[in-house]
Amino acid sequence: MANQNLYNYILGIADNSLVLGQRLGELCGHGPSLETDIAGTNISLDLIGQTRSYFQYAAKVSGKELTEDDIAFLRLERDYRNVLLVEQPNTHFGYVIARQYLFDVFHLLFLNELQYSKDETLSAIAKKGIKEVSYHKRFSGDWIKRLGDGTEESHEKMQEAVDDLWRYTDELFEMSEDDQQMVSEGIGVDLPKLKESYYDEVSELLSEATLEIPERKYFSYGGKNGVHTEHMGYLLADLQYMQRTYPNMQW
Amino acid sequence: MTIELHPNIDAHLIEVLETVSDPEIPVLTVLDLGVIREAVEKEGVIQIKLTPTYSGCPAMDVIGDDLKSAFAKVGKKVNVDLVLAPAWTTDWISESGKRKMEAYGIAAPLEETADKEALLGNKRIVKCPQCGSTNTHLVSQFGSTACKALFKCDDCLEPFDYFKCLK
Ligand SMILES: [Zn+2]
Repeated sequence: MANQNLYNYILGIADNSLVLGQRLGELCGHGPSLETDIAGTNISLDLIGQTRSYFQYAAKVSGKELTEDDIAFLRLERDYRNVLLVEQPNTHFGYVIARQYLFDVFHLLFLNELQYSKDETLSAIAKKGIKEVSYHKRFSGDWIKRLGDGTEESHEKMQEAVDDLWRYTDELFEMSEDDQQMVSEGIGVDLPKLKESYYDEVSELLSEATLEIPERKYFSYGGKNGVHTEHMGYLLADLQYMQRTYPNMQW
Repeated sequence: MTIELHPNIDAHLIEVLETVSDPEIPVLTVLDLGVIREAVEKEGVIQIKLTPTYSGCPAMDVIGDDLKSAFAKVGKKVNVDLVLAPAWTTDWISESGKRKMEAYGIAAPLEETADKEALLGNKRIVKCPQCGSTNTHLVSQFGSTACKALFKCDDCLEPFDYFKCLK
């Protein structure tokens, strides 16, 4: 392949959107209220739409006869590069919101940088995505406040979700070899540089929501290298079902 | 910001383009919606550059197919390319498009700052397309399609869609 680093890099970004989009899609018809149900699927739709743009581009970069569907449905678990945070299950609504917010803040900071990429296609996808992700963050942030500063039970559940998910936040800023290569070419985003803004923004909102950032010495990593949590296999079983059962089916 | 509406569209193609509408808001043509970035005829083939409203908008595939069949009716072949830059915003919707939208029962997008106030539920400023009252409130930030939010009028009590401002 002409540019293996770029190909991997695009997949790394796209897989985050794909997997989170799939998680939110699972909620379709199962949201706690009609409005939140619709919100979840709308956000999912945006994320899957972004994924399609990335995969179409990756297919082109690959120089092979690949389609966006091949990339989405025919890879093995170890070939998915998404961070662990986005594959965590929909344990309860507070959990869904915490996962969403912790990713949205990163996602927006990331796209804000990616729009200055020397790669024109990535820059265009980022600019489009910024408009959508700002709206996602507004939604998830509002719900963090509402639930954190809500009833005793909602507060407790929200804090528990944040405590649980916080261990996956450091991976967002981990640099893979592809990340490093792309940064050196002026294409990729220097992730550690986003860390401080991320931490500041999340702390501020959590404290507004009467929630705390947990003290944690150890973090979980692995997703960016294809080593996923046990939840990933189940997610892919769902995601890939049609293509695995009826290979090459189209509709 | 005013955007010149059809700078890269061959005048003789407009008539056919006006027959293709947004499948989700059928009163809006693709020109009203501002998703045609370029339409030119080169050596008998029409080259169209189409831009999505939202990344995941399922209407885009349908619009692409509809463009092909609309031009097929007049014996012309079409190539449709999807372009992302510059990103579409609600500024690309034409003034006549906004009026048609309102007549259809969807409140047209407000200016950016006003839109934020409306969607945060801070101010009652979105005008009910049924009775014209601004005594309305936000029911849901997300609505029936990616581009809309759901509101309710407190005067005539009708629920209605608001086309979100995207900048
Ligand atoms: Zn009314």
